[in-house]
Amino acid sequence: MSIEQTERRAGAALVAPALLWTVAFFVLPFAAMIWMSLSHLEGREVVSGPGIGNYLRIFTEPSLLRGIRVSLEITAIVTVLSVILAWPLAWIIATRVPPKWRRLALMLAVLPFWTSYVVRSYSWALVLGENGIVMQGLIQLGLLEQPLQIMATRTATIIGFVHFFVMLLTLTIYSNLVQLSPNYARAAEDLGASRWQVIRLVILPLTLPGVITGAFLTFVLCIGDYITPQILGGNSELTLPQLIMLQLGRRGDYPMASALAVVLMVLVTLAYAACARWLKMERV
Amino acid sequence: MRILSWAYLVLLFLFILLPVGALVVFSFQDGRLPVPPFKGFTLEWYAKVIADRDLMAALWNSFLVAFGSSALALVLGFLAASGLARVALPGSVLLRGLLIAPMTVSYLIIALGLLQVFNAVGVRPSLLSTGIGHVVINLPLCFSIIYAAMGEHQRNALRAARDLGAREWQVLALISAPMLAPALAAAFFLSVTFSWDEFIIAFLLTRFDVTLPVEIWSMLRSGLSPATNAIGSLVFLVSVAVVVTLEFTLFRKSRS
Repeated sequence: MSIEQTERRAGAALVAPALLWTVAFFVLPFAAMIWMSLSHLEGREVVSGPGIGNYLRIFTEPSLLRGIRVSLEITAIVTVLSVILAWPLAWIIATRVPPKWRRLALMLAVLPFWTSYVVRSYSWALVLGENGIVMQGLIQLGLLEQPLQIMATRTATIIGFVHFFVMLLTLTIYSNLVQLSPNYARAAEDLGASRWQVIRLVILPLTLPGVITGAFLTFVLCIGDYITPQILGGNSELTLPQLIMLQLGRRGDYPMASALAVVLMVLVTLAYAACARWLKMERV
Repeated sequence: MRILSWAYLVLLFLFILLPVGALVVFSFQDGRLPVPPFKGFTLEWYAKVIADRDLMAALWNSFLVAFGSSALALVLGFLAASGLARVALPGSVLLRGLLIAPMTVSYLIIALGLLQVFNAVGVRPSLLSTGIGHVVINLPLCFSIIYAAMGEHQRNALRAARDLGAREWQVLALISAPMLAPALAAAFFLSVTFSWDEFIIAFLLTRFDVTLPVEIWSMLRSGLSPATNAIGSLVFLVSVAVVVTLEFTLFRKSRS
């Protein structure tokens, strides 16, 4: 046996356990899910497919179709809002905060990252309720007469999401900003650009990779999340993951849950295709 | 511009820190509801939470699942990265792609697939099945962190060790692992964090022995309570302590 063959055999032996694990607990379940999405439910029994009945239903039944629309709308609003709020924050921390305090400011800006996911949503339920600190504060300040009903609406879901993704985007945009040489801004200023022009025409386009990477992560995590809409949005309007969980729980309709999950995955893949040009995932 | 910047900074920090602040403050609420007005300071809720059997069991379960699944993910990821960095196997690119593929899929989808397979072969939902799910999500992470840390320098040292007669396991345990220690530690702690906080896989794949996020979730059904604030604050403070410790020990060293 040649040395090369021995080496190869040794390499393969090292990769094998991880590969087997991935095939057994990822590829196989994934295939099972796709097969399940082509099956259907008769009474409480799953009748094996293949058929595209579930998919036809998704695109014809208003309640299901609405879930896709709601999810896309919320995700789009959250992504845009988060970018708009996070960019200036990252920029201020990177350029306005004295270097000595920069790490501290960044750590503070992402501190709630370290609360558990469920607890983070709960803490928004805590402050946004009618007796919560926000409404009571606004009433104390005389800005409101009556507490607004925010909990169990789309607004609460969006606030909860934006909170999390502002932190995430601040990180990706900040790491992009600090990699930029200050010479770009200096050159633009020497050539007569105003400070605002420097930001808009020079710095902003240069941070596009960080923005797109963060926005893509936001899209993926937001559209697939069950907790935030369930705790903050309640049952007022169901998102795609909520619909999936509903199929699993109350109805035990695994085929439909699987079909909805496949739709979810297709949406994520489309988003990836749209951003792939700018995505440098290995830098995150 | 300057004033505007600072005003924006303060406003955003307020937005970011407000809910956590309220969470912690009202965990000390001397009353039944964690909302204003603040009625006075008490540690009663912390005492209640620590005396809560279910909650402490869930804490322990989370601990088991997080460390167990992270350790396994780390070993599998380390071995795979060593193998793929060592020789160009046929289809290396495809193999790497396959190993990191679970990273691109929502946890909900991974959970759903596993649930169906476990149902089909008759495996009951348990901590073990949750742990398996957590290895699936953390293996790509461990693999890619460790693989990225393996440079030419590494490869030469390993080759030298083998040429000098070291056995395969000796090379891995005595040369490769110590050289990669910072990457291994980073991968491990990141995995622990993800597993610790993971909800949907644990929710779908456990039944009686639940993990902490699932237990907290079931606490939420009974509405707002300072007890939930207390357990939330505890988890938060512990994670912050861990992160700060890591920041000042492990990562500071590896950076310098």
